[in-house]
This record gives sequence, structure tokens and C-alpha cells, in this order.
Amino acid sequence: MAAMLALFFWMMAAVTVVLFLGRVWWLPELASVHGAEIDRQFVLTLAISGLVFLLAQLGLGYLIWRYRARGEGRAVYWHESPKLEFTWTLATAVLFIGVGVQGNRVWANLVSADQGQGAVTIEVTAQQFAWNVRYPGKDGKFGRTDPSRINDSLANYLGVDPNDPAGQDDIVTQNLVAVPVNQPVQLILRTKDVTHSFYVPHLRVKQDAVPGMAIRNHFTATKEGEYEIACAELCGMQHYMMRGRLLVMPRQEFDKWLAQRAAPE
Amino acid sequence: MAEQAVAHHQPAQGFIRKYVFSTDHKVIGVQYYMLALFAVAVGMGLSVLMRIRLAWPEAKWPLMQEWFPTAFAGGPMTPEFYLSMMTMHGTIMIFFVLTTAPLSGFGNYFLPIQIGARDMAFPILNMLSFWVTFVALLVMIAALFATGGAPISGWTAYAPLSAMGEVAGPGLGQGQTLWIISIAIFCVASLLTSLNFLTTTLNLRARGMSLMRMPLTVWAWFTTAMVALLAFPVLLAGGILLLLDRVGGTSFFIPGGLVVSDQLLPHSGGSPLLWQHLFWFFGHPEVYIAIIPAMGITSHILCTFARKPIFAYKAMVAAIFAIGFISFIVWGHHMFMSGMSPFSSMMFSITTLAVGVPSAIKTFNWLATLWGGRIRFTTSMLFALGFVSLFVSGGVTGMLLAQPAVDRWLHDTYFVVAHFHIIMGVAAVFAIFAGTYYWFPKMFGRMMDERQGKIHFWLTLVGVYAIFMPMHYLGAAGTPRRYAQLTEFRFLEGMQPLQVFISLAAFVTITAQVIFIFNLFWSMRRGKKAVENPWESTSLEWTVPSPPPHDNFGAAEPVVAYGPYEYSVPDAEKDYILQTEPAREVRTTT
Repeated sequence: MAAMLALFFWMMAAVTVVLFLGRVWWLPELASVHGAEIDRQFVLTLAISGLVFLLAQLGLGYLIWRYRARGEGRAVYWHESPKLEFTWTLATAVLFIGVGVQGNRVWANLVSADQGQGAVTIEVTAQQFAWNVRYPGKDGKFGRTDPSRINDSLANYLGVDPNDPAGQDDIVTQNLVAVPVNQPVQLILRTKDVTHSFYVPHLRVKQDAVPGMAIRNHFTATKEGEYEIACAELCGMQHYMMRGRLLVMPRQEFDKWLAQRAAPE
Repeated sequence: MAEQAVAHHQPAQGFIRKYVFSTDHKVIGVQYYMLALFAVAVGMGLSVLMRIRLAWPEAKWPLMQEWFPTAFAGGPMTPEFYLSMMTMHGTIMIFFVLTTAPLSGFGNYFLPIQIGARDMAFPILNMLSFWVTFVALLVMIAALFATGGAPISGWTAYAPLSAMGEVAGPGLGQGQTLWIISIAIFCVASLLTSLNFLTTTLNLRARGMSLMRMPLTVWAWFTTAMVALLAFPVLLAGGILLLLDRVGGTSFFIPGGLVVSDQLLPHSGGSPLLWQHLFWFFGHPEVYIAIIPAMGITSHILCTFARKPIFAYKAMVAAIFAIGFISFIVWGHHMFMSGMSPFSSMMFSITTLAVGVPSAIKTFNWLATLWGGRIRFTTSMLFALGFVSLFVSGGVTGMLLAQPAVDRWLHDTYFVVAHFHIIMGVAAVFAIFAGTYYWFPKMFGRMMDERQGKIHFWLTLVGVYAIFMPMHYLGAAGTPRRYAQLTEFRFLEGMQPLQVFISLAAFVTITAQVIFIFNLFWSMRRGKKAVENPWESTSLEWTVPSPPPHDNFGAAEPVVAYGPYEYSVPDAEKDYILQTEPAREVRTTT
């Protein structure tokens, strides 16, 4: 029984680690600037915790096998060792706090990164079960919205006020976001109804959209292509199919894309 | 005075007072255990339905369609039915299994005996807390059959989804209301239980049972009771506010200007984040309410079957306390992506990683307890060793989830599902199994079958690792949790075979639990008669008959002379010294 259990813990740990090392199932290909730092911190922490996991399972298996009851005699009457206890307490404290400090450094970079001038601003307003996307147009200003004007059957998903001149040139799409490649994008996340979460796996973007709040988030896409937008916060029965598309394109194409959608003056 | 006390402890007459509305802590302990057993059967049944949908989302089930015409409308299981199964699975498992069995079940039965008391401090309160829990379970089960279905907002019931009512989706009408009422009732029951545990531990210890001679199980139940006493009132308050938002027209959690299905809601001024803060202020300590008793049980059993004193008893007590305390200042790590200030995230990140230190101390001490031991591989010991392995496996992933930057990738993915199922679900269940195989002889006077026990252990151990390890890969690949199916997204292509594998592993593992159920009930009637101390343990429950009489210790007052884990003391006659053995010239260190 002892050998079998020891063997199981060793095998289980080995298989788990090998499958991670082999990246059999792994993160989707990265397509944003800030994502590189997230991925690096993920891999670093995964390596540390994987090592701790492996050593602990190996050790547990070894002790089980080595100290199985056999022959005559008694167990060792040994139940304290201040030196040992001090050592491992200090070691784990240093390890955990070290990981925490390093992790917070990455986080601070993420949330405080300079947007620079000329970031493209996009407002995303979630609803059950779609993403409403709005660009401010030439004037750089979003028009006024009023919840009482919202009418899905008239396709006024955001409750845009037609009397506000700032809203005249706004561009509104549904489930479709276009961004220029290699340029900072500023997101303003809102929701009409319940809490959603704007999740773009390839860009390593995930941020809740909370009722009553306008939450900012930013990213710079690095690879042209079409990416999926998913919802990462339970929002109701069709949560699993709240799918949008995010297009990353060269700046000229992006400008053309916007121009095509701008309301004719 | 003395006569009164004796009269109070006369065994109750009649079936109803003896087994139904009993004030005997042992009967109440068994009642809690049985309630948890029923709840876990329901919870597992729900997870079978979930796993069916996740593995084969498009498959049609003609038979099921006949039985549940709404849930299987059109053939495949509807997504809303999946979400209600998910919500009820989580809620039932966390509240009625993981909070109930290790704390109220084993705690009620063994805390008084282990400290040398004849009963809990407040026996009638104790009876009430069980029956209040029972009512809570009834209401929760009623939510399953509510008009419009069971709630779909998850066990976290995030507002405003949970606050808006039917307009936001099926199951959010009557079902959600019943859910909140049940949780509120459960909170009250937990408060009564924790008051009782705290008072009993502080006031009713036998002569010689100093605090530092208490078994680690007692320390664990005591600490958990403190945590529960401080955490549940917050959930109770939150639940009442949520109920008022639903039925009283208030706006605690609903801000103004929300529009659902083209309907402008009349609410204004509330905050969805307020609910998250209240919920997780309770919700994170709740994780420890499930796992701290499991730690105590594991420590106790490892000592018994390794024939060794626990390594670093004082550090173990300190670590339990540290974990209990820190559990109250980490809740924000559930909210890194919630729109909460990123500066708060930094603080919560550090406190969360800090909880790893006492957890690591406990793990080191368990390993050191095995060192130099003479391990007896009973089924109980196997499950306790399994607990240590699972505690490590589930614990190390906390290092990733504690970092907001990494959480931006892992938040609300299967990585989280893997993490919490291993650390708080399966690990705690392993401790419940270890405790069951260990204490069954005392509770029912008969032994459980060891051969069946070992088959049960192996199928369960291999099974749970087969279920939950692959979820880490799903999570690393970004698979979102709480999806009724995962076939709608291209970036998840190639992940479906893992879902099928997990489902198959789950079906095998769940089927294997039949062996346990059979063993449990068969052994109650047919098991080998148990002697007073079959495992050669040291704590007080092993000094009384199996099962113990009504007042536990009869006429004799137990007097405690030794610490809880005097195994293999070199000068002693046997390789264990009962805590109540008369003090002699034996060189012990406690």
C-alpha cells in the first residue's frame, strides 16, 4: 500500500508537470503589448508553484514509503525543532512576499501605463447578450445618452439623444470592434443591465463592465487579424454565446473603416 | 445544584425526544452528518447533469425530455437549466455539505467528548441550530422546484443579476427569492452553532484539559466557530438587503438607469460592488470554515496512524489562528477585475500571499509528523494522506491567482474552478472521509469494512485528480467558467476532448461513492463490533464505550494529565498514552 501510494503521488505530479512543460494545452497566441508582461509573470509563477508542487508530492511519497510500519520498534519521539521551523517559516515568507512584490510591480505597470496622446477611444456598452460599440467620431466627443430613450426594436441600443450635436458624428456598431494595430486604445466599459466582463483572450484583456460605472482599460494590439470577444462574468442564460469580433488593422484601413460607417453629413 | 445537573442529563425518553428533537450533542452530530450526506448526494447528482451538458452540449436525451420537458425543451439540455444546476450545485455543496459536515457534524459529536464535557453548553440551542439548518435545506430544495426554475446567478448571486427579478432571466424570480431566504436562515443556524462551540470550548473543559492540551481538532473547530461568528452576520445582512431590493423596492445594489429587455428599471443609487464586498467579506472566510476543521481532522489522524506526536503543536495552533485571522483581510482577491481600485488589489494581493505562510507551515509540520513514524495504512490514514497531497496541489495555484496581473488572465476561467475544487471541495471531502472511517467505530459501535474502504479510497483519489487536474489546462488556455457550453468560440477549439475526459472521470468517481454509502450503512448493522479504542488513539473519545453513553463519561469525571498526541513516548509502557491516564513518571514534553 505504501509503495503504491508513493508511486501514485510521484506519477501524478510528474504527469501534471510534463503536460504543462509540453504546453499541450496552452494560452492562445499573444497579440498585445501589455500581454507579454502578463504571460511572463504567469509562466514565472507557474514555474515556482510547479516546483513547490513537485517537491512536496515527491517528499510526501518518499515519507509514506520510507516510514511505513515494518519490523519491531517504535516511532521516533520527535516533535519540535525551532531551528527547522524558523528556517522554513522564513523561507516561505520570503518566497511568498517576493512573488507578491514582483506581481504587484507588473500590475502597477499595467494599470499606470501612460496612454500617450492620440489613443483611440472606444466606448463598449454591454447588454444581455451583446456588445454595443461606439466611436466618438471626428469631434472626439461622445453624444449624450439617456436610458429612457433606449429602444432595442428601433436599434437605439444606447439611448442616443438625437438632439445632441456631439452625437451626430458618433459611430455605433454591435459585436464588432475595429482598432488600429500598434496604437494605444482606450476603452470605456459600461453596461446597460447586469455585470458583464469584456474578455479578449488573445489580447489578454479582461475587465468587468459594472452597472453604474464607466471603467477604463487600455491595450495596444500588435498583430493584425480578427479576434474573439467573450463575456467572462456570468450575465444570464446566453452568457456562453455573448460573442463579439475584434478586428486589428493598419491605421489607414482603420480610418477607412470608420469613414465608411460615419453618418453622411 | 448537583442533582439538577444530573436530572438535566437524564437520557430523553421516547423516539421523538431521543432521535428527532434530541438535545444530545451526539445525536445532533449524526443528524448533521446525515443532512450533509443527503445534500452531497443531491449536489453530486446536479454535477452529473452539468457534466453531461459540458461534454455533449448538442446531444439529445429523449428519456430526460420525457421526465423534464422544460429543462430539455427541444432535446438538448437548455442553457438556463445548466446554469441553475451550477448555481444549486455550488450552493448546496458549500453551505450544506462543506460547512455542515466537518464543523457541525463531527464538531458536535466530538468537541464535547474530546474536552471531557457531557454535552454542549446550550443543548436546546444546539437542537434549534440543527432544525433551523434543516429548514434552510428544505427551502433550498424548494428553490429547485420553483416556478420559473432554480436561480441561475451562481452561488455568489452577483447583483444586480440576482436583484432584478424575472426580467433578467429564468429562475431569477421565485427561485432566486427562495435561495436568498434559505441562505439567510442558514446564517442564523450557523450563528447559533458557533456561539455554542465557543462557549463549550471555553467553559466546559474537564480538569487538566488546559488550552494547550486540546487536540488540534478542538482548536480547529474553535477557530472555525470564531470565523463563522464574524463572517455569517455579514452575509445575513447582505442577504436581507438583497431581498429588500427584490421585494421591497429598495436600491442597495441596483444603480439608476438600468435597462433590461427595453424596460427601464425604477431603481437608483445602488452599487453592485457593495454586494460583492459584502458577499466576499463572508465568502472568503467561508472557504476557511470548510478547510480549517479538515486541517484539524487531518492532524489528528496523521498522528494516530504515524504513531507520532504532532510536529510543532504550538506552531500548528498559531497557524490555525493566523489563517483564521488573515481570512478576513483577503476578500478583495475575488474582485481584482471588478472595477475596484487597483491600489486595493495590491493590498489584497499581499495579504493573500501572506496566508500561504501559515498554510505552508502546516504542510511542513504534517510532513515532519510523518518523518520517523511507523505509518499504519488504514483507510482513514489513506484519506488523511490524500488530504495533504490535495492541500498542496490546490494550494500552490493560489500563488498565481493571488496576483492581480496574472488574474487578468486566469480570473473566471477553469483554472479557478480547478483551484477551489481541489483546495476547499475535494480536500475537505477527503478529511470528511478520513474522519468518517476514523470515528465510525466510536459513533456506531462497529467497524467499517477496510477492504471496501480501500477500494473506495483508490477510486476516489485517482478519480478526483483525473477530474480536476485537467481543469488547470483548460484554464491556462483561457476557458471561461460558467459557460453552458464551450463550443461557440474558435479560441477554445481542441479543448472539448478534455471536457469529455473530465465528465467520464466524474461519472466513474461519483459511481465509486456507492461503495462508501454501502459500507457506511451495511457496517452500522453488520460491521465487526468495535472495541473502546480500536486505533490505539490518545484523545478522550477513546476512553469511553463505543458508542458513548448519553452523558459520555458516566459517573466518572475525566481528569486530563497528558497532551493530546503522546505517541511513542520512549519510557512509556505502550506506544501511546491516553490523555486521561494517571500522571506518572514518564518523560513527555507537553
